[in-house]
Amino acid sequence: MQLANHLDIAPIILPLVTGAFLLLFDERRHTFKSLVNIAATLGLLLIAGTLVAQADVEGSVASVYLLGNWAAPYGIVLVVDRLSAMMLLLTALLATAALVFSLARWHKAGPHFHSLFQFLLMGLNGAFLTGDLFNLFVFFEVLLAASYGLMLHGLGVTRVRFGMHYIAVNLAASMLFLIGVSLIYGVTGTLNMADLAVRIPAVPAQDRALLEAGTAILGIAFLTKAGIWPLCFWLPGAYSAAAAPVAAIFSIMTKVGVYAVLRLSPLLLGARAGDSASFGDVGLLVAGLVTMAFGTIGVLASQAMARLVSYSVLVSSGTLLAAVGMADAGVTTGALFYMVSSTLTIGALFLLVELVDRSQDPAANVLAVTMEAYGDDPEEEEIDEEVGVTLPATLAILGICFVLCGLLLSGLPPLSGFLGKFALLSAALSAGDDGAISGMAWAFFAVLIISGLFAMVAMLRVGIRTFWAPPIEGVVPRVLVVEFAPVALLLALCVVMTVKAGPVMAYVDATSQSLHSPDAYIEGVLSARQVPSPKMEAGR
Amino acid sequence: MTELTLSLAIGVLVGSGVWLLLRPRTYQVIVGLSLIAYGVNLFIFSMGRLRSGVPPVLDTGGVVDPTAYTDPVPQALVLTAIVIGFATTALFLVVMLVARGLTGSDHVDGREP
Repeated sequence: MQLANHLDIAPIILPLVTGAFLLLFDERRHTFKSLVNIAATLGLLLIAGTLVAQADVEGSVASVYLLGNWAAPYGIVLVVDRLSAMMLLLTALLATAALVFSLARWHKAGPHFHSLFQFLLMGLNGAFLTGDLFNLFVFFEVLLAASYGLMLHGLGVTRVRFGMHYIAVNLAASMLFLIGVSLIYGVTGTLNMADLAVRIPAVPAQDRALLEAGTAILGIAFLTKAGIWPLCFWLPGAYSAAAAPVAAIFSIMTKVGVYAVLRLSPLLLGARAGDSASFGDVGLLVAGLVTMAFGTIGVLASQAMARLVSYSVLVSSGTLLAAVGMADAGVTTGALFYMVSSTLTIGALFLLVELVDRSQDPAANVLAVTMEAYGDDPEEEEIDEEVGVTLPATLAILGICFVLCGLLLSGLPPLSGFLGKFALLSAALSAGDDGAISGMAWAFFAVLIISGLFAMVAMLRVGIRTFWAPPIEGVVPRVLVVEFAPVALLLALCVVMTVKAGPVMAYVDATSQSLHSPDAYIEGVLSARQVPSPKMEAGR
Repeated sequence: MTELTLSLAIGVLVGSGVWLLLRPRTYQVIVGLSLIAYGVNLFIFSMGRLRSGVPPVLDTGGVVDPTAYTDPVPQALVLTAIVIGFATTALFLVVMLVARGLTGSDHVDGREP
């Protein structure tokens, strides 16, 4: 087998090896650890870019990697298709930004930041790549275990309190995951996603209730991670308590839940599923709408900026889940575009919030306190403070970034947030079979527009309070270039998405087409050929 | 009879687990989570159908009669689930201790109501 064929598994191996390697070194060797981490993350970015380029070839569906060289339904497979490649790239981009931001100071605020960061990436990449339900569970646990550590990074009472809620909720959801998976296995006798799609239409009528119960329980596990109402009360607290770079990378974690629903719902319960076709779609749509409404109210009610952004995560999740619930290829296209745009925006906003908050309340520099508690050498700290140039006119530049985030979040033209929402709405309004617009589509339309308006109102209010009417004792925040660069990078990516909207839209459209007509995917996975081993060849 | 015993065991374990999970003390929460994990592990095991006295591992050589064996996949799944559950419970325990130390309270919200 050529080395290039192993590229499919590289997004899992690379972070695993890097994370384990970094464990061997003492915490004091910050610079070395940061360099290794940066190199690995950039490598991941490169690999993800290559995989996207490979996946986006006309006619090709999926590159299938047989782990341990076992044929498809018996062994575990990794599948790289357009959707997983896109998610890998999005993760790598967000990870690069969050990591660079953390190098200013956050990475020294607690032990093993770099290892945990790499393990989180490993879990995320694995969850996006795997084609096996139980393997998906394992990768979920890997990413959650790493996220528990990152959530508590920097310690402090608030973080520990919300971290504990976060862990308890996710452990309970993992149990539901296991129940769902085993019910599905008990009925169908397979765990391979493609094989499941083949076997589900043939499930006898008396077992169908069990199967649907299994998929519903599994769905609840995913939706808890995606933060659907009413299972989302842990999310705003946890995300706003987390350290800024951690919160930024967490903004892709709710999307893992959305990804799982998006992958499995059309594949297992799509048009070809016989009696179970479009099971749960209406429920998903309604729950998504309620989540959007709840998130919007939360955005309006938030006093602190970090909470505002956390509620925006809910709005974004709700929009995506409602769009998945519509089970229409056109809507999914818009949803995918919106997902990339909103994930980048929210990641940028989490980073920006920390920079802006420094001007608000200099006394409450939690970081300084935690660093003291952690026993970091204060002298070394002072030297590091001098690194980098503090930007002139900091507030003005932060203000411009804030305006861009506001435009992206509320979906006003001309940036990619608008394009995403426009694609969603235009597809939703033309989704009906007979040209008539369904009531649900109108509801979606109304909630999406109102959520955008309210996001704008909330952002305006916060923006005016922060930039135009700063507190009397307000100070101009010290912002290092390494802290500002990631925010600029993420926003620049949104601008690039706006300018290059044509190719991006074509890519996500091909993605959603293959999601909604999964025959080629199933065929590709089940017909993947084993690699002849040297022994077998010698025996012939 | 085996089915009834197993279902009752799963039901009692998960039922008590859920009740404890909803209690306000962290110790109750973690015991509840552990009980649910045991119940779920038994449940996964039962999804391979209950058969007593048959091995899950095939003999070497000869013609294999699948009816003489039980399904090995759920047993492998249970093994994985046990390991992962053990690790995450240990992790949660550490976080609980940290929370107890930092907040001085074993309430799940970090302060007495």
